[in-house]
Amino acid sequence: MSNIPADLRYASSHEWSRLESDGTVTVGITDHAQDLLGDVVFVECPDVGRQITAGEECAVVESVKAASDIYAPISGEVIAVNEALTDSPELVNSEPYGEAWFFKIKPSDASELDKLLDADAYGAAI
Amino acid sequence: MALRTPLYEQHLAAGGKIVDFGGWDMPLNYGSQLEEHHQVRRDVGMFDVSHMTVVDVTGTEAQNYLQYLLANDVARLKSSGKALYSGMLNEQGGVIDDLIVYLTVDGYRVVVNAATREKDLDWMNRQAESFAVTLTERSELAMIAVQGPRAIEVARSVVTDACAALISDLKPFQGLPEGGWFIGRTGYTGEDGLEIMLPGAAAPAFWDALLAAGCKPCGLGARDTLRLEAGMNLYGSDMDESISPLAANMAWTIAWEPAERDFIGRAALTAQKEAGDQPKQVGLVLSERAVLRGHQKVIVEGVGEGEITSGTFSPTLGYSVALARVPRDTVIGSSAKVEIRGKQLDVRVVKPCFVRNGQAVVE
Repeated sequence: MSNIPADLRYASSHEWSRLESDGTVTVGITDHAQDLLGDVVFVECPDVGRQITAGEECAVVESVKAASDIYAPISGEVIAVNEALTDSPELVNSEPYGEAWFFKIKPSDASELDKLLDADAYGAAI
Repeated sequence: MALRTPLYEQHLAAGGKIVDFGGWDMPLNYGSQLEEHHQVRRDVGMFDVSHMTVVDVTGTEAQNYLQYLLANDVARLKSSGKALYSGMLNEQGGVIDDLIVYLTVDGYRVVVNAATREKDLDWMNRQAESFAVTLTERSELAMIAVQGPRAIEVARSVVTDACAALISDLKPFQGLPEGGWFIGRTGYTGEDGLEIMLPGAAAPAFWDALLAAGCKPCGLGARDTLRLEAGMNLYGSDMDESISPLAANMAWTIAWEPAERDFIGRAALTAQKEAGDQPKQVGLVLSERAVLRGHQKVIVEGVGEGEITSGTFSPTLGYSVALARVPRDTVIGSSAKVEIRGKQLDVRVVKPCFVRNGQAVVE
C-alpha cells in the first residue's frame, strides 16, 4: 500500500503539495509515483525565479525505466529547488515526502490549493 | 491467465514486482533494480529465465538442418557442449530470432526467446519438414541464470558433487548435462556465470539454496541494464524481422565459409554485402544529465540520421548509454546529437560495448 500523508494535498498527476507556515508551498512526488517510476537517476528542477502556472510542465524525473514530466500543482514563483537531488536522486525513492522535495513555490493564489485532492480522494484515485 | 514459471512463489516471497513479459508473469525487480544490477557486477545474482524456450534437435540430419536454418554454422561446434550464438533469418535476411545452440551427445539443444516462442517453433517445424529431424520442446525444464564474479563459486557450493565438478571444468560458452540438469557457462550480463536448466520440480529448492548461499534474486529490469552495458542485443528492440544481422552488429555470427553451405537468408545477405547498403549499429555515450531511450532520433552531422534502438542509464558508469542504428559512414569516436524532449544533446559514438567483467570498456 502506498503511503499518503493526510496533511498534504495531491494532484492526480502524482505531485504532493504542502502549505508551510510561512505561506510558501513545497512540492514533491508521491510514494505511489516513485513506485511506478522505479529507481530514479536524474531530477531536473525549474530555475529559481521562474513563474509557473498550475498544470504547466516544470520539472522532469528520469528513472531507469522512463522519463516523466512533473506539473506545477499551483501557480506562483519558484523560490527554491532541492539541490540534494542532484547528487542523491535515489532520495526520491526512499524519502518521497521528506528529503526528496523538488521545489518551493511562493503562490500567487493560495486558494488554488483547495482545488487539489485531499489524501482520501487521491487514495481513491490511484 | 498468464503463464507462470515454477519459481513464481519464490518471486512473491522475495517481494518481486510482477509484470507481464510476453504472456508470462515475471519479476521486474525485487525492490531496486539498481541494487540488483550492482549485485551482479560486484558479487552474484540470479535470474529466473524459465520462460525461455528450450528445443532439442535430434535425428540423423540434425546438423544439416541447423546448417540450413541458422546463419552461423553448427559444424563449427567440434567438442561436446560447445555453444554458439546465431541469428535465425528469413529469406529476406531479417532476424526471426537470436538464439544459442549447444552441441549435445545426441544432437543439439537450442534456446530461443520466450516472446517469440510461437513463431520460432512454427518456423523451425516448417523448415524441419525436409529433414530427418525431431524437434522436442523441453517445457518441463526451468532455467536459472547465476551471474557475477562469484557465480561459479556460489553455484558450486549448493549443487551435487558431480555438478560441482562439471562446473569447475566448464569453459566459457560450453554447456554439459549432469543427472537430468544441463549447466552452461553462458549468460546475458557481461559477467562470468552459469545458465542452469533443471526439472521444474527441482527449481524452487535450488533457488532457495542459492538464496541461502548469498545469491540475490534479480529481475528483468536489471537483466536489461546489464545486457545493454555489455552491448548485447535485445530481440524486438535492437533487431527484428525487418533488420539484417549486418545492421545489428551480428556480422560476426554469419558463417560465410564454407561458401557452398546454403542457409536461409544467405542470398539476401550476400546481395546486401555487395551493395554495401546496410546501416550499422554503434554505441552512444551521453555525458549530460539525461537518459537515452529507444526510438530517439540520432543526427550525425554531414552523414545522416539514425535511431536509438535501446538506451538506458548505465548503473555501472553513472551516465546514459545506448545502442543505435546509424548510417554506415558514421565514424566510431566522432560525435553526434540525440533529440531528447525537443533538445539536441551531444553524444559520443563508440563501439557497442560499454562494460565487461565489472569494468568500463568505454573511455
